[in-house]
Amino acid sequence: MTLALTIGLLTAGAVYLFTKREMLRVILGFVLLGHAANLILFAAGGTDRRSEAFYTSTDPTAMADPLPQAFILTAIVIAFSITIFMLVLSVTGEDSDETAEKVEKLDVAAESESDGTPHKSFRTNGEGK
Amino acid sequence: MSASTIGILLPLFVGLPLLVAGILICTGHRLRLHAVVTMLTMLTMLAGAMYIVYHFWTTDGGAIGHQVGHWPAGIAIPFVADMFTALMLSVTLLLTVVSIWFAHASQAANSKYFAPLVLVLSTGVNGALLTADLFNLFVFLEVMLLPSYGLYVLSANRKLPVRRTHGARLYVTLNLFTSTLYMAGVGFLYGTAGSVNIGVLAEQAKHDSTVALAGAVTIFALCIKASVVPVHGWLARAYPATSPAVTALFSGLHTKVAIYAIYRIYAVVYDGDTRFLWIGVVLFSLTMLIGVFGAVGEKTTRTILTFHMVSQIGYILLGVALFTELGLTAGIFYLLHHMIVKAALFMATGAVEVRYGTGVIGALGGISRTEPVIAVAFMIAALSLAGIPPFSGFVAKFMLIVGAVEAGEIAAVVVMLFVSLITLLSMLKIWTGMFWEKGSGGPATKSGTIITSQTRDPYAQEVSYTPELATEATRAQVTTLTGTQTIVEADEATVPARRINFALAAPAVTLSLITVAFGLGGQFLLSLSGIAAEGLYDATEYVQAVLQP
Repeated sequence: MTLALTIGLLTAGAVYLFTKREMLRVILGFVLLGHAANLILFAAGGTDRRSEAFYTSTDPTAMADPLPQAFILTAIVIAFSITIFMLVLSVTGEDSDETAEKVEKLDVAAESESDGTPHKSFRTNGEGK
Repeated sequence: MSASTIGILLPLFVGLPLLVAGILICTGHRLRLHAVVTMLTMLTMLAGAMYIVYHFWTTDGGAIGHQVGHWPAGIAIPFVADMFTALMLSVTLLLTVVSIWFAHASQAANSKYFAPLVLVLSTGVNGALLTADLFNLFVFLEVMLLPSYGLYVLSANRKLPVRRTHGARLYVTLNLFTSTLYMAGVGFLYGTAGSVNIGVLAEQAKHDSTVALAGAVTIFALCIKASVVPVHGWLARAYPATSPAVTALFSGLHTKVAIYAIYRIYAVVYDGDTRFLWIGVVLFSLTMLIGVFGAVGEKTTRTILTFHMVSQIGYILLGVALFTELGLTAGIFYLLHHMIVKAALFMATGAVEVRYGTGVIGALGGISRTEPVIAVAFMIAALSLAGIPPFSGFVAKFMLIVGAVEAGEIAAVVVMLFVSLITLLSMLKIWTGMFWEKGSGGPATKSGTIITSQTRDPYAQEVSYTPELATEATRAQVTTLTGTQTIVEADEATVPARRINFALAAPAVTLSLITVAFGLGGQFLLSLSGIAAEGLYDATEYVQAVLQP
């Protein structure tokens, strides 16, 4: 039950953060959602009928299932690498992702003049706006 | 070569490209070496995949399994190939080869990371097709996606960093969300059925509704990846925002692997359960309709083509929603045909976009006169997409319609015919807007011609692609797009020169020729698809191959 409530809480937090426009908050939302999914995998191992693998029992049916734990380990590594990549994307772009509105500010001619230098918004972002 | 030898060699489809990618990373910035080695690796694997197709053709079906690392069955990760797997491997590898060629010809591969990333991408695709373990499928989907994120940003135009970031953000967040959802579905499956091995899960969803529900979560996640209506919106936003070469590469691989997984999971885990088929028929018919209508309002070639992709995915998946032997045969044939034709269209319009600097409908005209080869290649692929004989699209659509009539889905047949008509109109829109002569005298015929670009809109400008090798003339043309009425000063010659060289045109032409071959030799490919469909319709041989010791 505790596990189920925790998963629900994490998912609710993730959904709340997804409704925000800022990329960083969306990333934090994904961190929460990733944890929720990992806990689902963990619960799939039968946490209600199994306990820790050491000291308690020698009966394999009562020991913690190692397979979901291996799944989670794999999933954590993958989610971690994608989170890092998304963090990079969040500082190379602009603050919000209004794809349609932002376009009007962009000018092909102006950009082709400023060869080599980073985009204006990139610099302002880099200074920690 | 015996079946067991092929089985032992199956993991090489994953191991070989991964190893080569690692070696190429160490060699640094040697693009020519990278290109040659990548091509050789891909062609070797392509030959291997085609040999497996030949093997299953001679044995008339069956399946070959291998427990990776020789662990006992049930503990090991099983790699299993049957005719469907082998056909998919062949076509995805063929498309990768052609896309690499196109990327080099269009200067999208000018990075020392391009070749290694494509190799890792191929690793993921091959692994996802071969594995018979649902969690391992998740891992291979990620192996496929991670290099894709890199390719998406890497081969993007350096002068427009912000636009690419927007597309990449959408693409990455969408895929991460979908993967998380898929993983949760796998967790539910493990919790309800106690395994993630497809062989153990076989038919369980038919008898146990909790397993069916858990499986539905994974299928839903795969539907997002395949961009089925109502979760299709990301595709037309994300795909056109990178370089044409990468769009072509992704179009042939990513959504198609998800479709393959849907086919496989529904055929084996659900055993083609007839209770849920109506959901598929409704959703996939809607996908056809909404995809094709989405394309109507779009103003650049690549956004139109990606919306058509959504529409075509409806056709492909209808095969599994019918779940008759004929329906599955038609669906598999459609899938193979579609991968080739879609890539041909992306490469034909991509070649124009790369050399002329824009893919906006109406900004160019008369390209069919200066570039007859690429125009013919586009026309063949477009007619094939719409389903006109003698191209492969006709065979695919005809078979699917016969299959749907046989299954009694008359409404779906009406939708299919109606959507074909709209598809043809949409292809004509690209043809007239880009290739056909525009009014009296195209933009490139006389110096000082006035271009009135009334079709401009901000979004269309967003996706216009300015290659770094654009000549001054091209750049002048692009500049005209920012104003409402500008005079082109560049072209001094009265007869415009050809800009698309042989290397850039070759990929589109090759794929167009393949669609003609698929159309004329449809009988042969249909018999192969038929063998693949039998393997899905009666999955016992596949399951045996998964569970063999």
